[in-house]
Amino acid sequence: MTDLPVTGGPAGAGDTGVVRGLPVTATIPEGHVRMPDTGPPPAPPPDEPAGATSSRRGDRLFRWLVTGSGAFVVALIGAIGLFLLVQAIPSVLVDQDNFLLSRNFDTEDPANLRFGILDLLLVTVEVSVFALVLAMPVGLGIALFLTQYAPPRLARPFGYLIDVLAAVPSIIFGLWGILVLAPVLEPVAGWLQAHLGGFFLFAPGNSGIAGATVFTAGIVLAVMILPIITSITREVFERTPRTHVEAALALGATRWEVIRIAVLPFGRSGYISASMLGLGRALGETIALTIILAGVQTPFSGSLFDGGATFASKIALSFAELNNDLSAGAYIAAGLVLFVLTFAVNALARAVIARSGAVA
Amino acid sequence: MSTTIDLDEPAVGPTFTPISTGRKIRNGIAAVLVTLAFLVAVVPLVWVLWTVIAEGLSVVLRPGWWTQSLNGLLGRQQGGGAYHAIYGTLMQSLIAAAIATPIGILVAIYLVEYGAKSRLARATTFMVDILTGIPSIVAALFVYAVWIAILGFDRSAFAVSLALVLLMVPVVVRSTEEMLRIVPDDLREAAYALGVPKWKTIVRIVIPTALSGMLTGISLALARIMGETAPMLILVAYAPFINYNVFAGNMASLPLLMTVERANPTEAGSDRIWGAAITLILIITVFQLIAALLSRVTAPKTK
Repeated sequence: MTDLPVTGGPAGAGDTGVVRGLPVTATIPEGHVRMPDTGPPPAPPPDEPAGATSSRRGDRLFRWLVTGSGAFVVALIGAIGLFLLVQAIPSVLVDQDNFLLSRNFDTEDPANLRFGILDLLLVTVEVSVFALVLAMPVGLGIALFLTQYAPPRLARPFGYLIDVLAAVPSIIFGLWGILVLAPVLEPVAGWLQAHLGGFFLFAPGNSGIAGATVFTAGIVLAVMILPIITSITREVFERTPRTHVEAALALGATRWEVIRIAVLPFGRSGYISASMLGLGRALGETIALTIILAGVQTPFSGSLFDGGATFASKIALSFAELNNDLSAGAYIAAGLVLFVLTFAVNALARAVIARSGAVA
Repeated sequence: MSTTIDLDEPAVGPTFTPISTGRKIRNGIAAVLVTLAFLVAVVPLVWVLWTVIAEGLSVVLRPGWWTQSLNGLLGRQQGGGAYHAIYGTLMQSLIAAAIATPIGILVAIYLVEYGAKSRLARATTFMVDILTGIPSIVAALFVYAVWIAILGFDRSAFAVSLALVLLMVPVVVRSTEEMLRIVPDDLREAAYALGVPKWKTIVRIVIPTALSGMLTGISLALARIMGETAPMLILVAYAPFINYNVFAGNMASLPLLMTVERANPTEAGSDRIWGAAITLILIITVFQLIAALLSRVTAPKTK
């Protein structure tokens, strides 16, 4: 009986002693059973087997149940990939254009599908990367502010404020972006096009509707991924070893120097992976971009002032009207590419974070 | 030896030298930039909330907004309400929660109590992480592929719930897992020592201890999926009237109402959009408050 805590103890929360634990539970009562006052020693057996097996059966059942749930989640991801693939293949096979290189997405006639993901990919990547470029420095700043600068008593409410940003539904961000923010950004966009128009990013774009551009969308997206970047980065910064900070302070470092020599080196990989998780979120964001980006007929030129569609917004815009499996398959194929893309980005982010060991 | 020592000068320099101006300036700039970053994030938050309140508050205060649908109203006609959409949002999310919560809790129990460092546990953790990052539109396409294209069901509110389950499970797993890990091992060991089987230990000791945090996590997850829009666009069509049947027919939800009314250029349309926006935010806020309340009420008594 005494060895039970020993086996269970050191392993921590998820104790490996489970398997070993089972037989032990069965034997414990033997020592205990003196209570049901059957005088002679051979007494335990009659009572024991029943109780022991029923608890063992319960244990086994429960174990199957929870392990099954774990396996279910693993299978789920595989199923997502598999079923999307199954639905996408027939359409990709009859695709008249090159699936990877075509800029068309014409699914009107199921007998003559012409679709490719090039434009979707370019718009998705450009808007996400633009959002990331805006959000990364700000997110870092907020994380530093909350962990190093804000007065301790205010750090929590301030942090909560940033979390509220994450709770606002993306459709509301989208509406705000196109109806309120876009008109305000218009002069900025005009200035950029007038003065930096030579550079392809700032060239006048093909979006017919004022403000319905990658530019507006990227800024809204940056606001939306900010809380993700901030929350994880903050968590990592908070774990900076106290001793590192104190050592830096003891050497006479200013607050900024403490950050530079103790906090940033410790939190760098956490910050990078947080940003990648933000990127993953940006790649898959649907409704805000569906609302903001103008549909266009001309191919994407790479300008921030272009309209266009991302994977997600293209699917969201057109899917409801589809009535045949082949056309639907074209969009599912686009969805599959998006799935693979976000899978890769997220997996990479987790790999970085796991290697750093900063966040469990 | 030959060098003369100036006895008036201290042999050692002063221990503390003042911070040079350059370092001071750099320190100051960093402080300003970091504070600015925070303010930059607060601006859109306040701006968005202000817009929604300014545009939508008068709408939700109208009689009928919380009790009527938009049945029979033309696009330009004022009046009616969002009852049909509120019902849809609550129903779809609650069904999703009812399915996702048990799955999520079981997975978390597996990871914390059974999995340890086994290969399956590591795979599960990884997959939960991936599921966390899965775009809602992909979840919706998956449900479409399985539920509608292969199994042959019609588009319905229940299909939306299924997609929301995919989005909710990882959040529930994450928060539950965190809570279960906090439960001290002493409690488990004490139970084992009394001969309590493992499953009973988990159900009667570990879960009640972690319950407060788990409930908070579930309510927060619920609040999160309520704002989702993509699955509704793909898996169910909008209806301006009340439909109580989640398994058949079109059903509205607040995000869907907003997307549909986007095509309505009249003032009534814009009112409905912002009214739905503020309603959605209110509902989400209520669930967050419930989360806070639940965690306080069910918190284990500490001594």
